[in-house]
Amino acid sequence: MEENTPSSSGPTAPVIRAVKLRHPWRNLIAVVLIVYAVAFIYDAIAHKPAFRWDVYVKYLFDQRLSAAALVTIELTVYSMILAIILALILAVMRLSSNRVLTSIAWLYVWIFRGTPVYVQLVLWGLLAVIYPTIGVGLPFLPPITEFQTNGALTYFELAVIGLGLNEAAYLAEIVRAGIISVDRGQEEAATALGMSWSQTILRIIIPQSMRVIIPPTGNEFIGMLKTTSLVSAVPFAGELYGVGRDISSAIFAPVPLLLAVSTWYLAVTSVFMIGQYFLERRFARGVGEARGTKISKSDLARAQLSASETGAATQRFNNDQKDS
Amino acid sequence: MNDPTVPMVEADRVSKSFGSNLVLKDITLKVNAGEVLCIVGPSGSGKSTFLRCINHLETVNAGRLRVDGTLVGYKEKGDKLYELKPKEAARQRRDIGMVFQRFNLFPHMTALENVIEAPIRVNKKSKAAATGRATELLARVGLADKAGSYPAHLSGGQQQRVAIARALAMDPKLMLFDEPTSALDPELVGEVLDVMKGLAKDGMTMIVVTHEMGFAREVADELVFMDGGVVVESGDPRTVLANPQHERTKAFLSKVL
Repeated sequence: MEENTPSSSGPTAPVIRAVKLRHPWRNLIAVVLIVYAVAFIYDAIAHKPAFRWDVYVKYLFDQRLSAAALVTIELTVYSMILAIILALILAVMRLSSNRVLTSIAWLYVWIFRGTPVYVQLVLWGLLAVIYPTIGVGLPFLPPITEFQTNGALTYFELAVIGLGLNEAAYLAEIVRAGIISVDRGQEEAATALGMSWSQTILRIIIPQSMRVIIPPTGNEFIGMLKTTSLVSAVPFAGELYGVGRDISSAIFAPVPLLLAVSTWYLAVTSVFMIGQYFLERRFARGVGEARGTKISKSDLARAQLSASETGAATQRFNNDQKDS
Repeated sequence: MNDPTVPMVEADRVSKSFGSNLVLKDITLKVNAGEVLCIVGPSGSGKSTFLRCINHLETVNAGRLRVDGTLVGYKEKGDKLYELKPKEAARQRRDIGMVFQRFNLFPHMTALENVIEAPIRVNKKSKAAATGRATELLARVGLADKAGSYPAHLSGGQQQRVAIARALAMDPKLMLFDEPTSALDPELVGEVLDVMKGLAKDGMTMIVVTHEMGFAREVADELVFMDGGVVVESGDPRTVLANPQHERTKAFLSKVL
């Protein structure tokens, strides 16, 4: 035992300075990739007139495009809000013990996830054809009030409904996975404290499931941003892709406008990604920190202290007893 | 507050089954206010299930289980039993503190937030009042300096002590402990048991499912040995542990002592 203890006798060994391992193939591949990338960019700028970079630069900050970007963001945000609300309801229905509710939620996901969003958007555009009037009332009885479908909803609103209802099917599965990921003991602890079902869901389960829900929802947000380019099916044409296409068909320059539109999509996506980063950090409270950060020296010192603190705690507790 | 003639917990031929699997069979026992009951037995013997029945986390299938004279999980009207509404069940649970094997602290809340959550949400205490009481309780379990720490930054023993403070914050008349030290590293068991001993000394009524025979011998007023869903043997812990009567008790104790 004695000879194994790291004793301080004798000088410390010198720090190792070894020759670093070389990676010749890795370096070669990197160089080749860089050369090809540079050649591609040079070729695109110098030898491909169809790109028409002058038009790209001119229209990138065109007011029509920036206004259309705002419409795209509105479409995305509104339809995601609608989708999140629906998804929460669907997920809770899926997890309920009522078989009818479970089946309805399952059927919803089956239909809206199983058919193309483009087709759904076309159908929403035809809503007024299918249902000229919509009545409010009890089933099998004459409606209490009735209103004309045609004109009641704008194409923008129909697009939001179409996108939101489709997205809800995907989000419902994400929310369900998030709720399931929370340890059952959490629900039990809350129940044992006398908390109600809604308090348990809202205060204990949902905040913890957010850690699982947010990363894929961020993905869905970004996916939705791009899916809005399909709303021409409704037909609605005020968003980025629609406006870009209108301009390009007027000036016969499809490529530069597609690139300008893509640049806008990239910019908005990047902003969403920043937002996602902060949301994830917020909901990683108590968990992410412990996993993300390495154990620091002060943590180790604290861990060692806590062993001795055990005795101190007991001592303090016993004193407490004597006092009372 | 408590009528001393009414036992705090009274089980009268309580049975519980999951499907066709009978896990509790005719459990009859009594715990008076201020007493500590320790339940020991091999895993799968139904001890935890019995504990969870007292808190109505599980519903009993037969017999009557009463806490402080009130039937658990049902309302009795005439000769009929009615299932409790969620609200009524929650009200019953409020007065019963429970401490779990895996602590089950809320990981997204600090130690202090864990302790004040139920007093604020369930008992509608003001945040200031709840925080004051929680600070007292955290000091009592020796964790005054950890109020702002998240559970992930606390050791197992510290987490379990926070969990005890969280249960005490509801001012329970009965505390249930479900193997509170089984998930702890051996060197951390003592700090949790010390807190529990202090509670017992203060006159808290406690039912403790445990494998800590030393604790049972020192603190318990009564020891129950369960196996296969039945109470095999019960009595004064010092007597039962030193001189078990039943073969199954002898076999079990010879392995754990």
